[in-house]
Amino acid sequence: MDILKKISVSIQHGDDQSVFTLTKRAIEMNIPPKDILDHGLIDGMNIIGDKFKHHEIFLPDVLLAARAMYAGMDQLKPLLVKDGIPSMGKVVIGPVRGDLHDIGKNLVGIMLKGAGFDVIDLGKDVPPEKFVNTATIEGAKIIGMSALLTTTMPVMKEVITILRNQNLTDKIKTIIGGAPLSKEYARQIGADVYAYDAANAVESVKQLIQK
Amino acid sequence: MEPILDRIKKGEILVADGAMGTMLFQKGLKPGECPETLNLTNPEILEDIARDFLNAGAEIIQTNTFGASPINLREYGMEDKTEEINTTAVSCVKKSVKGQAYISGSCGPSGKLLKPYGDVSSESLFLSFFRQMKALVTSDVDIICVETMIDLQEATLAVKAAKTASPQIPVMATMTFDKTPKGFYTVMGVSIKKAAVDLQEAGADIVGSNCGNGIENMVEIAVEFSNSTNLPLLIQSNAGQPETREGKLFYSETPGLFAEKTKDLIDAGVSIIGGCCGTTPEHIKAIRKSVNSFQHSTE
Repeated sequence: MDILKKISVSIQHGDDQSVFTLTKRAIEMNIPPKDILDHGLIDGMNIIGDKFKHHEIFLPDVLLAARAMYAGMDQLKPLLVKDGIPSMGKVVIGPVRGDLHDIGKNLVGIMLKGAGFDVIDLGKDVPPEKFVNTATIEGAKIIGMSALLTTTMPVMKEVITILRNQNLTDKIKTIIGGAPLSKEYARQIGADVYAYDAANAVESVKQLIQK
Repeated sequence: MEPILDRIKKGEILVADGAMGTMLFQKGLKPGECPETLNLTNPEILEDIARDFLNAGAEIIQTNTFGASPINLREYGMEDKTEEINTTAVSCVKKSVKGQAYISGSCGPSGKLLKPYGDVSSESLFLSFFRQMKALVTSDVDIICVETMIDLQEATLAVKAAKTASPQIPVMATMTFDKTPKGFYTVMGVSIKKAAVDLQEAGADIVGSNCGNGIENMVEIAVEFSNSTNLPLLIQSNAGQPETREGKLFYSETPGLFAEKTKDLIDAGVSIIGGCCGTTPEHIKAIRKSVNSFQHSTE
């Protein structure tokens, strides 16, 4: 089996030690970092994302695969930067103010990183201004907001209001997700997209960034 | 009062209460506020809610302590208030029910993932639950309710913590399942069968499901639980998935639907029926009515 395929398979098995060793070897073999990323790490995470989407695996499997992905990504990051390889784009994510639930947001972060995006994770309980300021400073084109609580979801609208007031809605797109949300809610508050799960979030971000 | 488990053994069906969160927001809890702070700042709200559900016909009333384990409270810088928050929650319910209903000490998930998926060790999670359980049992709850769990290891730690704090007080443990093409599983991949077996092994006296995607799914979940265990079952369903209408939160499942499905839950062998998110005292009244007509028909 070719080494990149091996990396992909090790990611799917959540074997972080193998991914670390194999990535190191692939770099030593002078395989271009971008190829290791695309055909090793991203390939593995794509398969994991797909299986998760179809309920073939569950959250623990995704989290272990992510840990394995980071074991390779940490080595590749500096090389990708050195090679001047642009990422797929920057995305700022976080649960909105008052919401301390970050499991879903973390999952979205993992899937986005696994798809080659630069993710700026603001932690949890993120104030509306912080979303906008970070996106502006970092040059991120997407803000992703999550809420698990019906009580915190109205905060999403505040973020969109700030973007509108600063005439940023063309430059910065918004995507929302979380158990109590819906497409209808996204429309009501003026968010660009509602993502119903983590895999759908990645697809939607890809589409938004191409616009 | 006669112990809950004795009444269940006799074949009685008990009615539990409905949504705590939904009621708190109706009564003025602000978005992003820690729901458990109300125990200290506005205990009268909790007394009102307990009274509303009692008057609706609930005989098991929960405390506002879903997120009152020290690990949860730490997020709000209130870890050191763990005992006070749990104790006050119990005394609020006690004041309202005056011995006419059982007081159920609610305990929800920590919001953290255990190692290797997250960074919390099972020892520290156990100790966190134990501290909350100790506060609840020393304030004289009649039963403990470990609820809305998605991770089986976390759920069993909470059950064990309750049993360590008091071996006598019965423990109910419920998990939240999603319907997948392959059957019902929690987000962490726990099947109903596995939940039933492991929760019983951990010491749970009553098992079941709460929250979720509406009461029709719950009937299917109840049937599967009944095929997986001989323990009594508890079901507390959401009133459907929340929707927003004109900026307000709305749950589509009516008290009428709850009345109808209560019969199916009883047929499936459920012993305790209540509600979760979106269920108002009206839903509980509807459940009570169905339960009463069932009990009379069997007398």
